Amino acid sequence: MAIQVREATRSEANKDERTAALAASGVRKAFPSARVLPGGGMAVRAVDDVSLEVWRGEIYGLLGANGSGKSTLIRLFSTLLTPDAGEVRVFGRDIGRDELAVKRMINRVSVEASFFKKLSAMENLVYAGRLYGVSPEVSRPKIQSILRRLGVEQGRLNEPLEKLSRGMQQKVAIARAFLTAPMLLLLDEPTTGLDIRSKREVQTFVRDLRDEHDATILLTTHDLDEAARLADRIGILHQGRLVAEGTPAELAARHRGGTLEDVFMTATGRRLEEADASETERTT
Amino acid sequence: MITNVGAQLGLAYAFVEREIALSKRYWAWEIVWLVYGIVTSLSVAYIALGAPAITGGPLAPGDVSRFVLYLLVGTITWRFLGLIFEQMGETIAWERWEGTIEYTFMAPVPRVTHLIGMCGATLVRALGFSVAILAAVALFVPVDLAHANVLSALVLLATGAVAFVGLAIGSAVFPLLWTEKGLQMAYIVQAVVLLVSGVYYETSVLPSWMQVLSFISPATYVIRGMRAALLDGADLAAVWPDLWPALLVGAISIPLGMRIFLWAERHAKKTGRLKRSG
Repeated sequence: MAIQVREATRSEANKDERTAALAASGVRKAFPSARVLPGGGMAVRAVDDVSLEVWRGEIYGLLGANGSGKSTLIRLFSTLLTPDAGEVRVFGRDIGRDELAVKRMINRVSVEASFFKKLSAMENLVYAGRLYGVSPEVSRPKIQSILRRLGVEQGRLNEPLEKLSRGMQQKVAIARAFLTAPMLLLLDEPTTGLDIRSKREVQTFVRDLRDEHDATILLTTHDLDEAARLADRIGILHQGRLVAEGTPAELAARHRGGTLEDVFMTATGRRLEEADASETERTT
Repeated sequence: MITNVGAQLGLAYAFVEREIALSKRYWAWEIVWLVYGIVTSLSVAYIALGAPAITGGPLAPGDVSRFVLYLLVGTITWRFLGLIFEQMGETIAWERWEGTIEYTFMAPVPRVTHLIGMCGATLVRALGFSVAILAAVALFVPVDLAHANVLSALVLLATGAVAFVGLAIGSAVFPLLWTEKGLQMAYIVQAVVLLVSGVYYETSVLPSWMQVLSFISPATYVIRGMRAALLDGADLAAVWPDLWPALLVGAISIPLGMRIFLWAERHAKKTGRLKRSG
C-alpha cells in the first residue's frame, strides 16, 4: 500500500495563516486497573503525554492498533473525560473552563451508532438537532438532504433505527454529527464494520464535507488504507504515546519512501495486524 | 435574558418531546405499566371493601367508604410520586442501556436544563398515569369525594412532586457512580421510602427507628395532607402543618440533588464512567 503524496494540501498551502482547531499539550490519562500490572503499577496509562495540533480545515488521521489510546483521546477531546494532566483547546477555548462553548463547536461519530433504538432516524436526528438549538423546521429538510447524499433511502427515515442495517445506522450517526455543522468533527473509527461500498460512501462524504464546508476533522482509524486515503496529516499512536507524526509524504520520506505500513512498523516495532491481534489476546 | 430563558426552555423541551416519542414507540410497555397500576390500586381498594369480612366485625358503610378512600389516596399518590422517582432515577441508566449517554452529555445543554427537561417529561407521564388509574378505579369501586377539598389536594400533590424531583435527581446519581449496580441501589431507596411514608397505614404503627425515616420522607407529609384534604375537606390552612415540611424538603432537595448530580458527573468524567457500558 503505497503512500499517495498529495500535492500541496490545504494545511501546507496556508502554513502562515493557519489556526489551530484543536491543540492538545502534554495530555495524560490513566485508569485504575483491576490487577497489578507488570512493573507493579495499578493504573493503565491510556494516553501518555500526547501533544498534537490539528489545523483548521485539515483532516488529521490518528492511526493506531486496538487499545493504543485512540478512543480515550477522542473521549478527552469530546469533554467526556477529563485529563489527569495537560491542556486541550478547541479554537483557543479550554475544554475544561469553556466546556459549553467547546461543546457547541464539536461533534463526534463513534464506532457504535448509539441511538434510541425504537425511535426512527428522523426522530433521533430531530432530537439531536434540538439539543444543538436547531429547530425541526430547519433540521428536517437538512436531514433528508444529508441522508440522501449518504445513500439512505428516504422511505426508511421513519422506521425504527433497530430495523436498519449496521451500515445504515452508521450513516445516520454521521448525519447526526453533520447536522449540527460542527467546526471540529471527531470521527472515532467511523467505518469499522461497514461493507466496502458503505465505507467508500462515508469516506467520500467526509472528504466532500471538508472541502465544501470548511470543517476540521480528526479521524481515528486502524485502517492504513483509510488513513492514507483521507488524512492530510497522520499521527501514529502506540501504547498511549504519539510516536510519529507528519504528512504522508513526510512520513514516507523519513522512512526512505516506504509504505504507511512500513512507517507504522518502524514507529511501533510491529505490524498493525499483529498489534491488533496482541491487544485482542491481552484483553480476552 | 428572556431570549436565553426561551432558548433553555427550547433545549429542555427536546427531552420532553423525546420521552413522548419513546412512550409512543414503547406503547405496549406503557399499557403494561398502566394495567399494573390499575390492578394494584384496585386490589388495595378491595382490601378496604373486604374489611368487614376480614376483621370479622361489622363496619358501618361510611367507615368502609372512608377506608376505601384512605387506601386509594395512599396508593394513587404513591403511584404518582413513585413514577417521578423511578423515571428521574432512570435518567442515566436508561441512556446507558440505549447507548446514547455519551451523546446526551456531549451536547451543549447545561445539565440543569437537561434535568429540568427530564422533570417536565416525568411530570407529564406521572400525571397522565395517575389520572388514568383514578378514572379506571372509579369505574369499579365507589369513590366518595363529597367532602374533598380539591385545591388543597392539588397544592399538596404539586409540592410533593417538587420534593420528589429533588430526591429523584439525587438518586439518579447512583447509576452514574456505580455503572453496574447503581439502578438497583436507587430502587432500594424507593422501596424504603414506600415502607416508611405511611402509604397504606399510619406511620405511628412503625417501629420508632423507622419513624425517624418517615420524618425525613416528603411522601409522609404529602400523603397525610392528601388524606386530610380528600377525606375531611381540609383547606390549605388546615394542611399547612403537612405542607411546609414537604416544601422545605423540596427547597433543600432540588438544589442539593442538582449539586450532587454535577459533582457525580465530574467524578464520572475523571474515572471514565461516562460511557455506554460500565
